[in-house]
Amino acid sequence: MPLILSIALSHLAHRRRQTLVSILGVALGVSFFIGMSSMMRGFQQDFVARVIDTQPHVLIRDEYRRPPRQPAEIAHPSAAVGLSGLEPRDEPRGLRDARAILDAIAAMPGVAAAPTLSGQVLLRFGARDVSVGMTGIEPSRERLVSKLADDLIAGRLDDLSSAANGIILGEGVADKAGAALGDMVTATSPAGVAMRMKVVGIFSTGITAIDNFETYALLKKAQILQDRPDTINRIRLKLADIERADEVARRIETRFGWRTESWQEASKNVLGIFVIQNGIMYSTVSAILIVACFGIFNVISTVVFEKVRDIAILKSIGFAERDVRRIFVLEGLAVGVAGTACGFLLGYGMVEFMASLEFEIEGFVRSQGFVLDRSPWAYVTAGGAATASATLAAWLPARRAAKLHPVDIVRGGG
Amino acid sequence: MTTPAAVEARHLTRVLPGAVPVTLVLDVELSVMPGEFAVITGPSGSGKSSLLYLLGLLDRPSEGWVLIEGRPTADLSSDDMAALRLEKLGFVFQFHFLLPEFTALGNVLIPMRRRGTLPEPAMRARAAALLDGLGLAEHRDKRPDQLSGGQRQRVAIARALANDPAILLADEPTGNLDTASARTVFETFRALAHDQGRTVLTVTHDSTLAAMADRRITLVDGRLSRGA
Ligand SMILES: Nc1ncnc2c1ncn2[C@@H]1O[C@H](COP(=O)(O)OP(=O)(O)OP(=O)(O)O)[C@@H](O)[C@H]1O
Ligand SMILES: [Mg+2]
Repeated sequence: MPLILSIALSHLAHRRRQTLVSILGVALGVSFFIGMSSMMRGFQQDFVARVIDTQPHVLIRDEYRRPPRQPAEIAHPSAAVGLSGLEPRDEPRGLRDARAILDAIAAMPGVAAAPTLSGQVLLRFGARDVSVGMTGIEPSRERLVSKLADDLIAGRLDDLSSAANGIILGEGVADKAGAALGDMVTATSPAGVAMRMKVVGIFSTGITAIDNFETYALLKKAQILQDRPDTINRIRLKLADIERADEVARRIETRFGWRTESWQEASKNVLGIFVIQNGIMYSTVSAILIVACFGIFNVISTVVFEKVRDIAILKSIGFAERDVRRIFVLEGLAVGVAGTACGFLLGYGMVEFMASLEFEIEGFVRSQGFVLDRSPWAYVTAGGAATASATLAAWLPARRAAKLHPVDIVRGGG
Repeated sequence: MTTPAAVEARHLTRVLPGAVPVTLVLDVELSVMPGEFAVITGPSGSGKSSLLYLLGLLDRPSEGWVLIEGRPTADLSSDDMAALRLEKLGFVFQFHFLLPEFTALGNVLIPMRRRGTLPEPAMRARAAALLDGLGLAEHRDKRPDQLSGGQRQRVAIARALANDPAILLADEPTGNLDTASARTVFETFRALAHDQGRTVLTVTHDSTLAAMADRRITLVDGRLSRGA
């Protein structure tokens, strides 16, 4: 064993209990980081993956981000006039220039689009009423932008076209209505049109908000039901590269004026919660690591204080300042490495334990047990941070030790 | 060409700065040749230890120079001084200063390991031989707290000799020893100087022991006393 290492370890062995406590502190920080980040990253990645799978990457709506300006405001742009009690002119709803938009999108590489008409309907099955959203789709186009066909747990997407009036229900909608494949339900729109529809499919995406509230029908049928012939009010886009969603959305909105949202904007609230969650996690873990570092700083400072005579003798023998500094930095490093190793084991155990738990949760998403991220990322990050901060914590006392003047110590005698 | 002195002090002065500056060593002119065994004597507080630290490159003078084997040391960096201590100088302090976690053998091995010029078995053999030569054959594997004060002091001497230094500096190495052991140590020192050509410079209070040396240097109030 190298001399410097054996001296460093002899010091730690001398302060065995304090050293063990410091190692434990580092191990706790590391294992918590691994456990928590595995759980949270697993959940977040799963959520984002599901959102990307099930939601349009970009959604164009027949709305404006700002309400249109009133004629009075246009006429007197700088007037200090307050208008109240005005009722805005009833905009003819719908994406009137849908053709042009679809043509423009067709020219963008790696972007697929499907026009839809979305609206509210009331489903009645037996004595039960369920209020749901209905999206009118063209199955051939729908395949390009969503995984609806894959998400079906009963029935087939093509049956939508072959049945007279087919409807596909979310799993939660089917549960609430008590309807099963082949049942006839009555759909009534706010426009007052009612239609008898046959359940030709049931889907499950795992995202509660969708499964519990969404249904699909043919675009033509939806237009009849909503009494909006030839109207499109949503265009849903799928991108080959999801990172371009913001940019594509901005381009479309600038060009056509319609409110166009990327999936990041649509999931802004949840993604914002993730940021807060991560912030809390990282600060908790950092706090643990900082406490552990104080522990390390404390042990090494104590050792330096106790070992001034040894330091003096080593320097008189011919140890340079950097050799002395290395001894004590090595002590911090040793605590960091030992703590990291224990933390890896503990963290791995925690992840495996969480993986073994089985339970049903229904929040943003429905899942059995924890979705865990097992990538080495957490290990590398936690191990790196712990080792680096342990070394840093040892650096200050080590520097002080290196600067000690042997004569000041030997002169003092025993 | 004449051989340079092993250790040479020119106009050597050390003043501790402060509100009331303390003069430890004042204007010392001294040279000790290879193969010479010299003792430094003088009353307590006369600056013997301080002079030894300066000659051993543990402290830097306020004025004047120290030359080791003819080489000026004033411009050396602290790393260079450390390297020179490792190669040329052996130190025995007034108090033993062994590393408590290491055995007698382990302590003697430290300077050799730091220097790293010998293979491990050769280092061990040399350390064992040094301890045996100082009558510590059975105590090699004991830790300092299992040794008597005199035994510890002898381990410290063995350690000072570990890297085969040209110059051995000792500050009252026999303070804890009985008369017979003290004599043995001084006989060893004389042999190191006369038979192996080293320079030995030791502080002692004991005039009988001082008489065994080739030369006696007396300090009074930090100055060399010509009268002695
Ligand atoms: N840090 C200090 N501050 C003030 N005075 C000091 C300091 N260190 C040493 N001295 C003084 O310097 C003088 C020389 O000290 P030094 O240790 O060299 O003497 P010495 O000859 O070795 O004495 P002894 O025989 O007792 O070991 C003493 O008078 C001592 O009190
Ligand atoms: Mg002294």
